[in-house]
Amino acid sequence: MANASIIEVKNLTKTFNKFTAVDDISFDVKKGEIFGLLGPNGAGKSTILRMLSTLARPTKGTATIGGYDIVKADTEVRTLIGIVSEKMIMYNRLTAKENLWFFGSLFNIPKDVLTKRVDELLELVQLTQWKNAQVGTFSTGMRQRMNVVRALLNMPQVLFLDEPTLGLDPQSSVEIREFIRKLNRENGATVVITTHMMVDADLLCDRIAIIDHGKIVALDTSANLKKMISGADTTIIKLDIPNLSSVLVEKLRALKCADAVTQENSTSLKILVHGDEAFDSVIDAIRVNGGKISSMENLQPSLEDVFLHITGHQVRDSADQKIPMAHRHFGEAPRRVR
Amino acid sequence: MRHMGAKTLLSHSFRIAWKDLTELFRNRLGLVLLIVMPLFMMVMVGFIYPSNGTVNNLQVGLVNDDSGFNNLNASQSFIMGLQAINNQTHMLILSNVSSVADIRDMVQRGDLEGGIVIPSNFSASMMAGQQGTLIIVSDESNPQISATIQGVLKTVFDGMGTAIAQQKVAPLNATNTLAVVKPFNVQTQGIVSGTPSYFDFIAPGIMAMTVMMSVMTGLPVAISQEKEVGTMDGMMVAPINRLSIILGKTLGQTARGLIQGIIILILAVGLFGVAIQGSILLVFALLLLGVFSFVGLGIVITSFTKDQETAQMLMMTLMFPMMFLSGVFFPIQQMPWYMQDISKILPLTYASDALRKVMVLGAGIPQISTDLIVLVVFGVVMIAIAVPVFRRMMTR
Repeated sequence: MANASIIEVKNLTKTFNKFTAVDDISFDVKKGEIFGLLGPNGAGKSTILRMLSTLARPTKGTATIGGYDIVKADTEVRTLIGIVSEKMIMYNRLTAKENLWFFGSLFNIPKDVLTKRVDELLELVQLTQWKNAQVGTFSTGMRQRMNVVRALLNMPQVLFLDEPTLGLDPQSSVEIREFIRKLNRENGATVVITTHMMVDADLLCDRIAIIDHGKIVALDTSANLKKMISGADTTIIKLDIPNLSSVLVEKLRALKCADAVTQENSTSLKILVHGDEAFDSVIDAIRVNGGKISSMENLQPSLEDVFLHITGHQVRDSADQKIPMAHRHFGEAPRRVR
Repeated sequence: MRHMGAKTLLSHSFRIAWKDLTELFRNRLGLVLLIVMPLFMMVMVGFIYPSNGTVNNLQVGLVNDDSGFNNLNASQSFIMGLQAINNQTHMLILSNVSSVADIRDMVQRGDLEGGIVIPSNFSASMMAGQQGTLIIVSDESNPQISATIQGVLKTVFDGMGTAIAQQKVAPLNATNTLAVVKPFNVQTQGIVSGTPSYFDFIAPGIMAMTVMMSVMTGLPVAISQEKEVGTMDGMMVAPINRLSIILGKTLGQTARGLIQGIIILILAVGLFGVAIQGSILLVFALLLLGVFSFVGLGIVITSFTKDQETAQMLMMTLMFPMMFLSGVFFPIQQMPWYMQDISKILPLTYASDALRKVMVLGAGIPQISTDLIVLVVFGVVMIAIAVPVFRRMMTR
């Protein structure tokens, strides 16, 4: 069973009016794997997830989850899946326990089983002592944990996570990542996760699909993706140039051997180059244009570099524009945890 | 979805309604407003709306231009008579003004609300056996008050004229001089005992409106809010029939509307002395029927509103014409014919009409059968339209 596919996506397409958000994509997700959809916001990741979780209807194409068609057998699909949305799915005026009870009761779980499961889940995320407090009084970290366990009420075989660490502090992000890994390992749940955070994708996912403009531009393990650019021909050079100027950056961009040039700050550059003569050409170009090199490094490629290499632009370009909506209401208000 | 029974659908609906009501009862400010809003509406509309019985102390200027006739001054006795009547009724505060121009000036400044002018030939005309003319000066910027003043003064003048006529016919040796002067004695009698106030008129209308608005506008707001916050997704990924979401929300909103309706009823009876002539059970049945007739419309609106802001705006847009065109505050008969035609297509018109007939006139089901039929038909037609529209919206 290890290699059996639990999700099969064929030519999935979603258009909104004239805009194509998801453009004819196909992929399989194997049972028990953690599968990442990586890409900038607006790339179509969330739309893919919404279609797979039956919340949106595909314009064209199909997908099956556990053999059930996401359109024709949506009710069956819903019993198999859980979704952790970027928005927190919970009612602030209900207590932690009431929230879980409410959502659980929509799944036709027998009452005694549900009672036990709610207690177990609250224990799992260490919220037992606050089970009778309204979730509106919870901290962001507590709310995010609630948001995750809510999706586990029906013991889903497939768990969809949409930007699960968005807007979280580094420590909460670590906690959530640990939790996802634990779920995957101990319950054998297949996890599909969307993120624009390279770290999430790199640390968590068995395989990563890089999405840009509604299309899958690459799909492989993190290590294999990195090999794409650290092969014999391609290298990343990090340069510190104290008297870096925009003219110089433009000259470097114009170089034939440079695939991409990104400026990290006022004095440092990252250049993705190819070819045997690459180092020489770069150094020559800098010296001819009066630049001084204070340090030069040959970098190990990161997923970010992979993305840059494939798409020609950075993930961050568009990612930074997103405002974390989830914390708008109760996010930073003073806590009254009872 | 297809193989799930009505029992599961209902059970899911009740869970959703329970959840909505729990949220409602935990929102203390919201609860207070739930009671305060109808109270405000009753108090404001009930006390502000003018009626002849309650008008008093109107500032009226009096110009006496009468030049008399042979040392006889008919205007003096007229003014004395007017003051004598006014001392009993206190409807007017009379002040002497020198000319019509002064009245105009004082009305413009807001010191007067109208005026009475006795022309210079008043005595002369009366002595010559002709009618004595009296002129009422009205403030056109305030038609309501000017109509009231005109009504009040005409009543007063009419009474004084009758008294004078009675004196004149006295020599005829009639046994009843009043019968000679005024052959008809007009009396008004309601079909139920007691004198109904304006509250009796508006309380049923406000009740009908509040309950129906709760589904027509509360439903879109409640659902669009869940969509915006994201909690709707939590229900949508559960293997439940989409109809149980809308049914549950409707139940929740109906309960909220009924609570408000009952509060209005208690306020109307307890604070404003409104008497319920008909069956209280019929009153509640009518409120529920009103909800039913509006559910479909509410669902259609819900399907077309994407966010809470739009829902709120739509609510205001729909609420105002409904409020004023359905005879809740003002009688439909007062409106021009084209407005009356519009009001005839609004279900609220029929609900408030039926409720008023039951509460004020003690009507039973046979008397309000037309209203009932209209409400049922409207409800059925709207639901038939709404369900497919809603299903399509939910599976975009």
